[in-house]
Amino acid sequence: MAEELKDIVMSRIRKDVLLTTLAKGTRYDGRPFDGFREISIQKGALKSADGSALVSIGGTKVLASVKFDIATPFADRPKEGVLISNAELLPTASPSFEPGPPDENSVEFARIVDRAVRSAECVDLKSFFIEDGKVMSLFIDLYVMDHAGNFIDAGTLAAAAALADAKMPKLEGAKILRGQYVGPLNPRALPVSVTMIKVGKNWLVDPSRDEELAQDGRLTIATTGEHVCAIQKGRGSITKGELTEALDIAFKKGNEIRAMIER
Amino acid sequence: MNEMASSVTDVRLVIDGKRLDGRSPEDLRSVRIEAGILHEADGSAFVEWGGNKILCGVYGPRECIPRFAASPYRALVKCRYMMSPFASLEEHSRSGPSRRSTELSKVIREVFENLVIAEKFPNTQIDIYIDVLQADGGTRTASITAAAVALANAGIPMRDMVSAVAVGKADGQLLVDLGKAEDNFGQSDTPIAFSSRDKDILLLQMDGLLTKEELLRAVDMAEAAAVNIHALQADALRRFYEQPSQKRFEM
Repeated sequence: MAEELKDIVMSRIRKDVLLTTLAKGTRYDGRPFDGFREISIQKGALKSADGSALVSIGGTKVLASVKFDIATPFADRPKEGVLISNAELLPTASPSFEPGPPDENSVEFARIVDRAVRSAECVDLKSFFIEDGKVMSLFIDLYVMDHAGNFIDAGTLAAAAALADAKMPKLEGAKILRGQYVGPLNPRALPVSVTMIKVGKNWLVDPSRDEELAQDGRLTIATTGEHVCAIQKGRGSITKGELTEALDIAFKKGNEIRAMIER
Repeated sequence: MNEMASSVTDVRLVIDGKRLDGRSPEDLRSVRIEAGILHEADGSAFVEWGGNKILCGVYGPRECIPRFAASPYRALVKCRYMMSPFASLEEHSRSGPSRRSTELSKVIREVFENLVIAEKFPNTQIDIYIDVLQADGGTRTASITAAAVALANAGIPMRDMVSAVAVGKADGQLLVDLGKAEDNFGQSDTPIAFSSRDKDILLLQMDGLLTKEELLRAVDMAEAAAVNIHALQADALRRFYEQPSQKRFEM
């Protein structure tokens, strides 16, 4: 990506302004350092999917779809269903997103959400077995529609909410009867991720886009309630002390947000 | 294999405090590091780590391609991690980049962006090429270990060295440096990279389920193991400069 002089100058000015604000103990929008923006969750946003959710965190909007299909199992897991997560950073969502094949940011995003959902053991993949050589596959698709910062947490939350919304399709042999269901999917656990960025010496939870542009480091921790289920450090470095504090924040905020899905 | 996959919890990976290959929970596999084994690259390293065989070549600082991507303030650090199609004991896999290798290239690059003193070389790029020739679990951490040696071997100024290792949980126990079987049948994997002097965490990923206490203990175990890896890296570089590439290279 081209680094234009305008961007460099702007990012330096932005960072100076942000650091000055942070030194007064507050953020641009008046939030505390560990505060999320307003979160809203609309389950069942799509009729076409077996489960869906639109999540907004401040101005950031991510749509998640959960959809079942029939697939051949992986050779080393012949009795298990298949879970596939994909993410699109739509060019609609930000002037910094471009059309084209997934770049490293969207691949990383999809893999973080996938890791959180898989590790949390949300769905019992063994229950997706149909017959030898045929299993159900579960696609989680994430569409970042508006990127005002922190699409990772919005994506994990949208995926969890879409799984909570999803219904198990009715099967006829090894065929899915579209639009007919046997009951809710009932995920066994719901992962919630909490992303923090480092600006100077400060750690900020749920960064806005402006804050992200000034970041020196990034850390995402997904939890299930009792356990950590995924971690991804982005840029920068962290100390053990910072990690310990980040874990406490991730559990506390994670539990608050999880209650919003279950509502 | 079918049998094993359907009864993952039955697989015993630690018996009487010893692992499948006889290691205790804190032990690393045998690690061999060679610096400067490539003729053409500006810096290089080969790491044999358990059954992993990893080649790393570093080029640069050199002209940034495409030129419009160059920064007038610093060198761009680029990284390509590639798994060879013949790297696993199982079937031949597809060549070329995968979603996994795209992610790993990114996180490995982000490790070295913290270390390389890039401001010294505006308008240039530094390329780190990593080729996994044989894979046996823990390739990303072995790759970071190799790349640190290759960058030092290329004479690229760095703020610190870095050593990486994974700590996982298998059979209910935290184990340093998971092997392939432990990784496949384990409950969690946490690859971590530590800078050698400052002890900053430069890579941290985690999957599976761990409590907060387990995770922090895993970080401590990785930090202790990283000290041993750093000694091997320093030794490889010392051997290279004492006796530059006299020996025939064998992998």
